[in-house]
Amino acid sequence: MPLLDTYYAMETPEGIELELRVAGVMVRSAAWVIDLVMRLLLYFICIYAFSWLHNVGWGIISILVFMLEWFYPVLFEVYFHGASIGKRTMKIKVVHDNGTPVGWSASLIRNLLRAVDFLPFFYGLGLISMLSNRQFKRLGDLSAGTIVIYHNPEHEELAEFPTTESAPMNLPLTLQEQKAIINFAQRAPNLATERAQELAEIVSPLTGVDKSNAVMQLYRLANGLIGRQ
Amino acid sequence: MKQQQFEQLHCEQWALLSHDLEKLAKYKAQLDAHAVVNFPQLYRQVCQHLAIARDRHYTPALIERLNRLVLDGHQYLYVNRSPLLTRIVEFIAYGFPRAVRANWGVVLISTLCFFGSLIGMTFLVYLYDDNAYYLLTQGQLRQVEAMYKPTASHWGQPREADSDLYMFGFYIRHNISIGFQTFASGLFFAVGSIFYLLFNGLYIGSIAGHLINKGYNEPFFSFVAGHSAFELTAIMLAGAAGLKLGFALLAPKRDSRLQALQHAAQSIVPLIYGFFTLFLLAAFIEAYWSSNALLNPDFKYGVGITLWIITLLYLSFAGRTYAD
Repeated sequence: MPLLDTYYAMETPEGIELELRVAGVMVRSAAWVIDLVMRLLLYFICIYAFSWLHNVGWGIISILVFMLEWFYPVLFEVYFHGASIGKRTMKIKVVHDNGTPVGWSASLIRNLLRAVDFLPFFYGLGLISMLSNRQFKRLGDLSAGTIVIYHNPEHEELAEFPTTESAPMNLPLTLQEQKAIINFAQRAPNLATERAQELAEIVSPLTGVDKSNAVMQLYRLANGLIGRQ
Repeated sequence: MKQQQFEQLHCEQWALLSHDLEKLAKYKAQLDAHAVVNFPQLYRQVCQHLAIARDRHYTPALIERLNRLVLDGHQYLYVNRSPLLTRIVEFIAYGFPRAVRANWGVVLISTLCFFGSLIGMTFLVYLYDDNAYYLLTQGQLRQVEAMYKPTASHWGQPREADSDLYMFGFYIRHNISIGFQTFASGLFFAVGSIFYLLFNGLYIGSIAGHLINKGYNEPFFSFVAGHSAFELTAIMLAGAAGLKLGFALLAPKRDSRLQALQHAAQSIVPLIYGFFTLFLLAAFIEAYWSSNALLNPDFKYGVGITLWIITLLYLSFAGRTYAD
């Protein structure tokens, strides 16, 4: 695993490591802005719907505004798979540190402590906290033991590489070198033809003298390595 | 084993698992009985496939596909499913009072800060009225006087039912927000909670002392008697919960500061539910009972004292008979 990355590895009770992709400051800010707009909309709807009832109406509005202020994120996180509307739009969600869906307790703590993260103004402390740990946790996340991750890792889906007839390997390669060839075969379809060609020519001992066919030759070798006939 | 063979061997199980997961992802979806029984085993087999695929350095595409299957499966297998109603009953029966007693240290400190400053300030202002001006301006005191003036025109008039609901909404929003602030600011090494506890104590004390000096005892105390037990206890508990967070950072003992903070946060969750509930009850009483000026003041004192006794007995003794 590269050192500088947003992967967070977590061990499950099955004894395997799961990889989670941690959501950073920008995507979470965007989700927050969407939620803010949603909440303002809901405030307006509340006021519009109840204010004609005068005192009764304003009583109801106070209660609803209070609920929206403090419990809007909690209810969404608990009942809608860890994501408020903004988070859902940005394809991120909240889970416990151990990868399980977030529950009432943790969600309540992380959202009540939002008040602290917000200080001294506009999430100042939250931002400092997020930038000073590897999992982008604000103070509420640290206390509650929660983490915000990408729900659908959004880096391009790795395609299985083109199937061709396989070619036998004429040189003994280390494991690292074999992996490099497979990774190349997987990425080459996304590269410009010239760039793929250029990269393939680096390993001329493998691809042979016929340079025009270098990329094809690497595909064949890769197919051979993973056992396609 | 080459990757191709591996995929052919297990692709059926992967398809089955991803089929189950797709079903589960739909809102309120249920698997059929057979699939439910097989789910854990299926999931754990795929876990093993992922481990093998990593160990044998199969292609990143395959590893990622399996990782995603396992991640989704993990979410469904380990979700917490205990029914909400049972948990609420258990919480009231013993969870809440036990949590208060388990955190007796911070509860004691919070009590001293809040009730100490409240009672102390009441006496100070009672002895020398000008002390009230340390915290409140003259204008604010006038306003308070106007509210509790026995000869005021609104006194003795039944309030309309609709304004009761209005005040209920107001008390909820105002009081519980103060409670949440008192709690959350404890994260600043307990300083914030102590500040809010002292400030609220001194503030309420100033008003109480001043109104006694003015001779407005009866309207004031008959108004606050009913909800005082729940509301003051709630503020105290909010402070205690905040203090617990702050102390975990100040003196983490054998844990790292982060671990200490997380443990503390876990242990105070019942206090948060508890003080929230108390605030709700207090707001309800304040809006519908305390404001009712037609009731005999002595009767209201009686109810207020009874609620104090019930609150103290509940927090001290409820849930003691259960042994874990």
